[in-house]
This record gives sequence, structure tokens and C-alpha cells, in this order.
Amino acid sequence: MEQLGFYILAFLAIISSIFMITRENPVHSALWMLLTFFSVAGIFVQLNAEFIAAIQVLVYAGAILVLYLFVVMLLNPKSKGFIRIPFRYVLGIVASFVIFVQVLLTLQSANVIGKAGVYTQEAYKQYGNVKLFGYELFSNYLVPFEVVSIMLLVAMIGAIVLAKKD
Amino acid sequence: MLVELIFVVIKILVVITVLLLGVAYMTWLERKVIGHMQVRLGPTHVGWKGLLQPIADGLKLVAKEDIIPTMVDKPVYIIAPLLSLIPALSAFAVIPFTNATVNLFGTEYHLYITDVNIGLLYVLALSSVGTYGIIMSGWASNSKYALLGSLRSSAQVISYETAMGLSLIGPVLLAGTVSLKGITEAQANGFWFIVPQFVAFVVYLISAIAETNRAPFDLPEAETELVAGFHVEYSSMKFAMFFLAEYANMYVVSSIATIVFLGGWNGPFGPSFIWFILKIVALMFFYLWLRATLPRLRFDQLMTLGWKILIPIALVNVVVTSIVLYAIN
Repeated sequence: MEQLGFYILAFLAIISSIFMITRENPVHSALWMLLTFFSVAGIFVQLNAEFIAAIQVLVYAGAILVLYLFVVMLLNPKSKGFIRIPFRYVLGIVASFVIFVQVLLTLQSANVIGKAGVYTQEAYKQYGNVKLFGYELFSNYLVPFEVVSIMLLVAMIGAIVLAKKD
Repeated sequence: MLVELIFVVIKILVVITVLLLGVAYMTWLERKVIGHMQVRLGPTHVGWKGLLQPIADGLKLVAKEDIIPTMVDKPVYIIAPLLSLIPALSAFAVIPFTNATVNLFGTEYHLYITDVNIGLLYVLALSSVGTYGIIMSGWASNSKYALLGSLRSSAQVISYETAMGLSLIGPVLLAGTVSLKGITEAQANGFWFIVPQFVAFVVYLISAIAETNRAPFDLPEAETELVAGFHVEYSSMKFAMFFLAEYANMYVVSSIATIVFLGGWNGPFGPSFIWFILKIVALMFFYLWLRATLPRLRFDQLMTLGWKILIPIALVNVVVTSIVLYAIN
């Protein structure tokens, strides 16, 4: 049953991603991307990671994609059609294949596939996803968390400086 | 298992029916209240005191011809109203409106649809998805007024979402959970979060009004300049869907305010359900009162209020709440 749910969601995610990169109209692409985000959020829910699913929708679908849409709607870029530039198309396929193999090799060598995590179903039931996530984030992964925070702060200040021309 | 499934389906149907009826009668209440505030009578003809007016309006909208303009982007044009209505209705899946339980074949079932441990985040995520309905309708309509209205509206919703989210962090820190049921139960001792979090409550209320595009923040549909904003090209039931979505969203933000700040179903006596409804109706009346009282803001005032006043206040509130909580524990 759970397997079936996963296959449906994964199928949706892949199909909508394919539609996203093949649409001529960038606004349609953005809408297909929205469906991709939702399918991925659904997969997260199946993995007992409700917090990440909610954040996925809230941040990616609710904020980032809306900003993309703003830009696309205001600039109204005309697509030249993706078939008409075959060289870049081939280059893109090669590049994504190389990255795919790289990710696969990294996962293989890190030996994390199929291993059971520290937190069991019972732990999730007792403490809830958010609490466990926060605990891990602020104890074991504190340094990466702080680094990312500072990086985002720098990006924010940079954006303000760039936007304020006077 | 089967009993549970059937029970859940019944609960969903009942909640949606009650919600849609609530939306319909909210329009009646709005016209009545604003009418009396402006020394008019409001609807009086259809039914006693105009009580059947919402039903008549609904029938009229369903019966009207559905016009799709020629230059629209058809699929997106059709999806847009759904994208704004469905998230608004789905939010009610996690709203705990009563603590009463019902005993079916030896098992206790609660009457609200469900409780997830990320309830508050779920509602916030859905409300951010509702923005798509507005953006898409404006873009797909292929009309200048609609596009301007939708740009204004989405800029407003995105700005105020931040303040809204930040103002909710204070109460969440006090309750120690983001489950809406957990937050309600944390206030069961009668100490409602509006007392320690009054600043957050005010920030939340203002951003909630802006988030639902209500007066005095109704620039997206400023009748005098933009005709009607993003839904100007929509007719018949598609128009009605935007209308339903707006009012359903008002119910969502009022429910969240009730649960997070006003103690949810907790009341001194009587059934919990009544208290929840009373608090929501009081908040909705406040909305109408504002609409009849305040003039519309200018767009730059709106942005200044959101980014330079509400967000800093909400941030300071988060910091102060965390420090005080740390000191106490």
C-alpha cells in the first residue's frame, strides 16, 4: 500500500518535471513545477517527515516559485523552442547524466542506502516530527546550520545593497 | 477500519457544508452590518429580514452563463479559481473546533477531521499556495486590470505572510508545539495566549486582514481604480469560487487567531463548540467593523506598514518571548 503511494507520487513528480522542461510557455512550466513540489512533499510525508514536507511547500511553492512567476510574468520572455538548439540540448543531457552518476557513486561509497536511522516509528509517535528535527538540527548539525544562516544573511545584505542604488 | 473511513468522510462532508453555509451567511451578515453602520437597512426583501438573500445570490450565480473570453489562456484560466478555493477549504482539515468525542462501536472518535503534529505549518503552507489562484487568474485573463490587480495582491500577500508567520512563533514557543490541538490544550487552564502575546495578536490580526485582501487592505480589488482586480474577467460559478475562497480564507485566519490567541474551544462553561463559534463570529464582526470604518491605504503605505513596522515588531516579539521563556525555565 505504502509502496503504491510512493510509485504514484514518484511518477507524478517525474512526469510533471518532464512537462516543466518541455513547455514553451514559462508560466506553464512554473505550474508544472508546482505539481513537482507537491509530489515531492507527498513523498516526504510518506517518510514520516511532515515538517520537511510543510517547509517544502511553504518555502519552495509558496515563496520561491511565486517570485519566479513574478519575473516571468513581468518580463514575458519568448521561448525560442527547445528543439531548435540541439547542441545545448545534448550538452544538457550529458551534464545531467554525469551529475547523476556522481550522486549515485557518492551515495554508494558513503554506504547510507538501506540503513535504518536512529529514530524509530515509536520515537516519532512520542515526540513528533518537529521536535526530533529541531533537536537534531540544534545539537548534531549546529555548525552547518549556523554556516547556512550566515550565508543567507550575507545574501540578504547583498540583495539590499544591490537594490539600493543611491 | 470501514467504520472509521465512513465516519471521516461524513465529518469532511459536514465540515465543508457548514463552512459553505457559514460563507453564504457571512455575506448576509456583512451586508446587514455594513448597511446599519451606514444608516441603511441592507437586504430586506428575500425572506424574513433578508435571510434567504445568500441562497438567492448563490442560485443566481450558478444559473448565470459562464463566459470564457477569447484571448485567455484556457487551462490556466480554468484551474485558477480551483487553486484558490481548494487550499482554503483544505485548511479546515486540521482545525480542532471541539473537544467533544463520539462513541462508535466501542471506540472513541473526535469530531474534528484530524490533528497533525504540524497543524499550524500545514495551514500556513496552504495559505501560501492560495496565492497561485490570484496570480494565475490575473495572468491567464490576459487583461490589464486583472494583471495589475493580481500583481498587487500577490505582492501584498507575500509581504504580509512573513509578518503573520513571525507573529505566530511567540505563541508556538509558549505552547511548545505546532499542533493546533496541542496549542489549544496548552491554554486549557484559562490563561489565553492573548495576554502574554498581545503584541503578536495585534500583528497577526493586521496581517491576517491584509492576507485575505479585506478592507482597509483591499487594494487588489479597489473598485474605483481596478474595476474588480484579478477576477474581473470571471463570470458565473468561477467568479463565485473566488468569492467563496475569500470568505473561506477569512474563516481560516479567524480560526487560527481563535486557536492560537483566544484559547480555541476553551470556555468557562457549556459546550466547547459554542465557544469556538462565538470567538470566530466576534473576529468576523471585527473584520466588518473595520471595513465600515477605515479608508483604504495607499500602496506605499501598505508596504511600509508591512515591511518596516509589522515585521520588526514581530521579530522583537520573538526575541523577547524566547529570552523570557529561557529565563523562566
